[in-house]
Amino acid sequence: MAEARVIRVKAGPRLWLSGLWLTFFALAAIFAPLIVPHDPLAQDLMLGKLPPAWVAGHEPGYLLGTDSLGRDVLSRLISAARPALFVAIGAGLAACILGSVLGLIAGFFGGWTDRVISRIVDIWMAFPPVLLSILLVAFLNPSLQSVIIAIAIIDWTRFCRVVRAETMQQRRMDYVESARAMGLSSIATLAREVLPNVLPAIIVLLSLEMGIAVIVEAILSYVNLSVSTDQATWGSMIAEGRGIIYQAWWVLVFPMIALFLTVLAFSQFGEGLKERFDPVLR
Amino acid sequence: MSRNLLIRLGSTMVTLFGVAFIVFILVRVVPGNPIAMMLPPGASDADIALLTAHYGLDKPILTQFWIWLGRALQGDFGMSISLRQDVMSLIFGRLPATLELATLALVIAMALGGALAITAARFRGTAVETGIDLANGASLAMPDFLWGLTFILLFGVLIPVFAISGRVSPSLDLPFVTGFYLIESILRLRVDIFLDLMRHMLMPALALALPLAAVIAQLLKTSLKEAMQQDYVMLARTKGFSETRVLISEALRNAVIPTLTLAGVQFTFLIGGTVIVERLFSYEGLGNMAIDAVINRDLPLIQGIVLVFALIFVVINLIVDLSYALLNPRLRHG
Repeated sequence: MAEARVIRVKAGPRLWLSGLWLTFFALAAIFAPLIVPHDPLAQDLMLGKLPPAWVAGHEPGYLLGTDSLGRDVLSRLISAARPALFVAIGAGLAACILGSVLGLIAGFFGGWTDRVISRIVDIWMAFPPVLLSILLVAFLNPSLQSVIIAIAIIDWTRFCRVVRAETMQQRRMDYVESARAMGLSSIATLAREVLPNVLPAIIVLLSLEMGIAVIVEAILSYVNLSVSTDQATWGSMIAEGRGIIYQAWWVLVFPMIALFLTVLAFSQFGEGLKERFDPVLR
Repeated sequence: MSRNLLIRLGSTMVTLFGVAFIVFILVRVVPGNPIAMMLPPGASDADIALLTAHYGLDKPILTQFWIWLGRALQGDFGMSISLRQDVMSLIFGRLPATLELATLALVIAMALGGALAITAARFRGTAVETGIDLANGASLAMPDFLWGLTFILLFGVLIPVFAISGRVSPSLDLPFVTGFYLIESILRLRVDIFLDLMRHMLMPALALALPLAAVIAQLLKTSLKEAMQQDYVMLARTKGFSETRVLISEALRNAVIPTLTLAGVQFTFLIGGTVIVERLFSYEGLGNMAIDAVINRDLPLIQGIVLVFALIFVVINLIVDLSYALLNPRLRHG
């Protein structure tokens, strides 16, 4: 029933615009090797710090200019969408599954199970997230997998808290009582009855979390703790651009814009979904 | 009240204990021998054995934890491997810089958020409110990392009015006895140093403050608008008070409580954000040192910094809870 209602409502401009950018971002990431105008790693010191095509002193073929090693900024920008998408999906889903399962269990069973899980959440929230992610990645050795594991380990609490509260609310509903009266086991009740009603909240959080994951990956690659240097990332481009900010602003500005639009799109997509799902807000 | 206070204090202790345990385990499972990293290359076996015994590393892991916790409670976090100094004095050297930055950001966020909320509530239903809502949405969508970069571009490079790195100009001679430069410059009436500090601190503080200011503005505006519908506000209106006066002297007092709770929780996010913002502005604070410590795999220093950050987080949450209980009359006799 909930699904039918969602489909009937027409999507607003917020969902359309953010969905459009996310599609564009995903396509750029998937087809990056086919569409980049230059090899994103190819260096040519003769062509270093070329400005974008609309600034005097540019070279044809380098639309957004080059960095200090003569690498094409546009190609690097497109190629960096890959790790960003990979982390958004991987870390988003991992944190989502871990947090939602624990939240469902805590909210549904209550009692000491709830107390233990809630206490762990409290302890977790006492860690500074950026510091903890840097710590984890450094210990796991910098790589995209480590970034994903670190984000999942840190951010599952976001899902756990919301899902727990939602589940507690659902547990008191009549349909849960009747499902149990019909002899459904706890697990079956959770999976078949409670989960579908908590799912909208989870999907909204997942969209927000993907945006957070993209930012955290950028921060980690900014401090050189993400993928190795043979893969361009928005964070590493920003770090390079920060260093040569007085000579070549474009190396900093374009990855910043890409990062901003992607993060904005994820959060707006989540907000848009929330409006769709929540009958009171609508 | 006092019983609640004890329960709250107890649960804070449990949380801190949990944090300490996790940090301890995390650092222990890291590959590599911490003793070998502490000693210079070519140290004799006897030296290694001596230091191993000193840190209790020859004992079972749980015993090790108690020894470490006991030392940590006395402020002994050992020596930094990369900087070869006492971890606690390193942390105390950097902590004032971070606390000043975070406090400045909090003050900015409260002033800005409060002013926006009052303006939006005063002109509710007009284009002014819509404009403020839009600005809030925009500043929430952008994380502090991107705000910092934007400020560096705008006011560091395009219109270079602010310094983009460091805490204070190295050429300045600082006659200070504590690490709290900003406070000391005010107390000693050193306007020149104060202005130089602000030239360095304003951009990172603003980057940290903007997302929090937006949260405060949104929440306070909602509670102000709710309060303006209440009977006591109607009463104040019939007494002939102006709309602005009613808003500030009657509604604000009641609307501020829920905002305060949330602002406290959000303040911990702000402090977490100092880590990357300090890095961005090469600001010599605790967060910047933490990143260096991680890059250098300086385990004792990392342990100390994470624990200090966690302590700050927990203390803020405790203060928020207690002030909420004090401010809210319904909870006062709970």
